[in-house]
Amino acid sequence: MEKEYWRWPESKWTSPDIDWKTGDIISAGVDVGSVSSQAVVLVNGKLFCYSNFRTGSDSPESAQKVMDKALEETGLALEKIHFTVGTGYGRVNVPFANRAITEIACHARGANFMYGPSVRTILDMGGQDCKAIHCDERGKVTNFLMNDKCAAGTGRGMEVFADLLSIPIEEMGQLSFKVEKEPEPVSSTCVIFAKSEAVGLLRKGWPKEKVLAAYSSAMAHRVVELLGRIKVEKDFAVTGGIAKNEGIVKRIESELKMEALEPQYDTQIAGALGAALFAKALVEKERGLR
Amino acid sequence: MLAHYGYKDGSGDYFIVIDTDKCDGCGECVTACPYGVLEVGEEENDPFREEPVARVTENHRKKIKYSCAPCKPTSGKKPLPCVQACSPDAISHSW
Ligand code: SF4
Ligand code: SF4
Repeated sequence: MEKEYWRWPESKWTSPDIDWKTGDIISAGVDVGSVSSQAVVLVNGKLFCYSNFRTGSDSPESAQKVMDKALEETGLALEKIHFTVGTGYGRVNVPFANRAITEIACHARGANFMYGPSVRTILDMGGQDCKAIHCDERGKVTNFLMNDKCAAGTGRGMEVFADLLSIPIEEMGQLSFKVEKEPEPVSSTCVIFAKSEAVGLLRKGWPKEKVLAAYSSAMAHRVVELLGRIKVEKDFAVTGGIAKNEGIVKRIESELKMEALEPQYDTQIAGALGAALFAKALVEKERGLR
Repeated sequence: MLAHYGYKDGSGDYFIVIDTDKCDGCGECVTACPYGVLEVGEEENDPFREEPVARVTENHRKKIKYSCAPCKPTSGKKPLPCVQACSPDAISHSW
């Protein structure tokens, strides 16, 4: 079988010290994206478990699968969860969700939890879209922009390059720095054009690393331009799959002249985490606690 | 909240910006827009807001450069119907 260079690692995690049986409020969030899906479960607002898997062709099935994976070996059953919020591109297709909330709202809320209340600017680089969000100290959105018209700055765009250059996706960040001098960025930000430009550069004898560097800086430049439309303010954080690619993140930082906060969690769970936090707040509202 | 609907492409930035703090959901812009670009509905990005708010319809978000083109003559500046209809000044265009 041909090697699948684009395949990123799926993951799951369960807290070693939380007993869900002690939970007054067990809330969940499921983010069904175009490329990946995540499920997060909170017990009294604390992170209990999560999972991150590739989205299949069927959204309801992917939602179910990612939730089953998160709950696997935790002893917690789906029926015990008080409230579930669906988010992401497939948010209305989460069969067991009580409500759907946009990924814009969920990402801001999730990033506020992941990075703390000092986060003001969030760049989410997802599978097929890119979002620039400004939020307040409670994680409430104050300004946003979403670009889902093209694959530039998205995971899908990166996967195309992983395949083209035969570089495993996790190594792309590192390798993009293995150049003596940073080359000019490729001129096209459109993935389709950038790809044909890259093919041309490879034919001209450019090493893979150099082509990758040229593409990475084009991608970084593109998202910085998008960020420019909203108010970019410290602290700054990057979420989504591309946040794991230091080749992109470092280039964004240097163009923005602002450092991104170090993630303590899997950056792909921000949306599902925010959804689970909203689920908790909605239970509290139902119970008249807020 | 400043909600940007639209996109950026090779030729420029095409965003309709709705200031949801100013918008009261009156729907005047929806009536004024000849091409069905705007709608009033629940605030999708703030689950705790009760009042409805204006937004760009899903199917126009990826093509507003073209949707709004007839309102934007290449020479001379005419006020846009949506902007003119909105008394709280909640709508602006990036181009
Ligand atoms: S510019 Fe014209 S078409 Fe565009 S939203 Fe305003 S009224 Fe509608
Ligand atoms: S006219 Fe202005 S205030 Fe009324 S719904 Fe439209 S944007 Fe909101």
